[in-house]
Amino acid sequence: MGRTLAEAIIASHTADPVEPGSICRVRVDFAFANDITAAPAIAEFSRMGAEAVFDPARCAIVPDHFTPNKDIASARQVQVARGFAREQGMLFWEVGRAGVEHAFLPEKGLILPGEVILGADSHTCTGGALGAFATGVGSTDLAAAWALGETWFRVPETIRVVMDGKASPWVTGKDLILSLIGRIGVEGARYAALQFEGPAIDALPMDDRFTVANMAVEAGAKAGLFVPDRRTLEYAKRRAARPFEPLYPDPDATYSQTIRIDAASLEPVVALPHLPSNVKTAGECGRIDLDQVFIGSCTNGRLRDLELAAAVLRGRKVHERVRLVVIPATAEVFAEALKRGFIETFLEAGAAVSTASCGPCLGGHYGILAPGERCLSTSNRNFVGRMGHPESEVLLCGPLVAAASAVTGCVTDPREVLGLDELPKGVDEK
Amino acid sequence: MTDRFSGKAWVYGDNVDTDVIIPARYLSTSDPAELAPHCLEDLDPGFMKRMAQGDILVAGSNFGCGSSREHAPLAIKGAGVSCVIAASFARIFFRNALNIGLPILECPEAVSGIRSGQRIEVDLAEGRILNLDTGQAFSAKPFPPFLRELVARGGLVPTVKARLEEKRRSTH
Repeated sequence: MGRTLAEAIIASHTADPVEPGSICRVRVDFAFANDITAAPAIAEFSRMGAEAVFDPARCAIVPDHFTPNKDIASARQVQVARGFAREQGMLFWEVGRAGVEHAFLPEKGLILPGEVILGADSHTCTGGALGAFATGVGSTDLAAAWALGETWFRVPETIRVVMDGKASPWVTGKDLILSLIGRIGVEGARYAALQFEGPAIDALPMDDRFTVANMAVEAGAKAGLFVPDRRTLEYAKRRAARPFEPLYPDPDATYSQTIRIDAASLEPVVALPHLPSNVKTAGECGRIDLDQVFIGSCTNGRLRDLELAAAVLRGRKVHERVRLVVIPATAEVFAEALKRGFIETFLEAGAAVSTASCGPCLGGHYGILAPGERCLSTSNRNFVGRMGHPESEVLLCGPLVAAASAVTGCVTDPREVLGLDELPKGVDEK
Repeated sequence: MTDRFSGKAWVYGDNVDTDVIIPARYLSTSDPAELAPHCLEDLDPGFMKRMAQGDILVAGSNFGCGSSREHAPLAIKGAGVSCVIAASFARIFFRNALNIGLPILECPEAVSGIRSGQRIEVDLAEGRILNLDTGQAFSAKPFPPFLRELVARGGLVPTVKARLEEKRRSTH
């Protein structure tokens, strides 16, 4: 019987029979934690009686959540992580040279097509954009992978998502994935792997593919995979830190369901509080006033996102009532955005720009909300209290809607602010 | 791990996410004793004041969705909750709960048949849930054998420990 992409990757990493629902012992190519999840993983690693990680070049800690350290307790967490990484000789990067893990690790060529990737962070599924089976786990599972170089998986059913047609230039990867989650709900893909296909998916630049894969977990999915193509391989070959072997689904693979979406019918959208599935088009929202706009995170802090936001903000000002916080997701993205004038555009528009960090996305720091405040954010979750006080509100959107709304002070369709001729077109990652 | 508990039910809805189970503002520690006082703070601010040791959380579908933070089951366990019964669990929370030894049961029928404040008895080994106030009994979905063994061995830590010892013996 033919295999889906998820099944093909798992099968190449296990000796056990691979079929949906079966449990396999799976070899892991790369395993990482962040500054919040590393400390418990290190404690469990030691309780397991483990002495050395399975391969220091395939184990990493990325300090990104509460960094630059926001207080003494978070500084202590990073200190523990750094100490362990040094002792083990594993990968670790200091603030200023690092970035938000799911943007940073692909950049470093550490997540590659055909691989099995385990991360102690739910948005590890971002790596699926490269045709890897990448999934989030807790700290104890991660510690076990560090110790053994393997983990166990229940082989997920695969749901094929086919995006037909050609999306409007105003529709970003974020609009595609929010529209899908709006349709299937926050548990529409629970325990399953999503496999994205179709002309509108093929046309997506790498940066938008990362955005789509990133939010697979917001539909409950274990992984969100793209079938490798020319763009994937160009990206991966240029950056690869080790040899890799891309894998592909068989033509006769069995899918638990196929969801077809006509991309041409999609519009710029917003997810209203307090679930990512609470999706409306930006135009349908009516007047929703904002206190803050955040552009950044592992979902939308990449170069293409900043390019789109800068196109909207060039020659315009952030609304006087609104705070705009922009956080490039990695040091490399920051440097490139600076070179291309995006950072200058943000500053001239009146934005606050900061070094790479998860920042306010999970209510860490750099823009926490007071009671009653409302933030429109390019991040991935709008749960109660996600970015601060439990009585604050978070709405989710892509970079064009975020930047346009920062200008008007309320949720706005970017077409109301920007002309089509101002929209940067056909830009892939450069 | 004890196999039988009884306690008062605290019933919540669908999609109880890890941000409301333990908000990120408390994630500068992973000590269950420090996390526990903030358990469910953003969902039900009175929960920790009114719950008693051994009480049982009952929730709808997709319990524990969102972040992979193991701090979520650690906070629940640290708070003294004996067991979580849900219609379904988000996958990372499911693994984390088993790994750290927080008993969980998947049983949509029990969730529809239990109201907040009712006395519940759970037999974990048998997967039996009894509503002591109504006399209604429910059977939870059994875990696959692999997971039953994992739980029986005391979770993932002892399992990995045994594997490592086995590896060391075979290389000497």
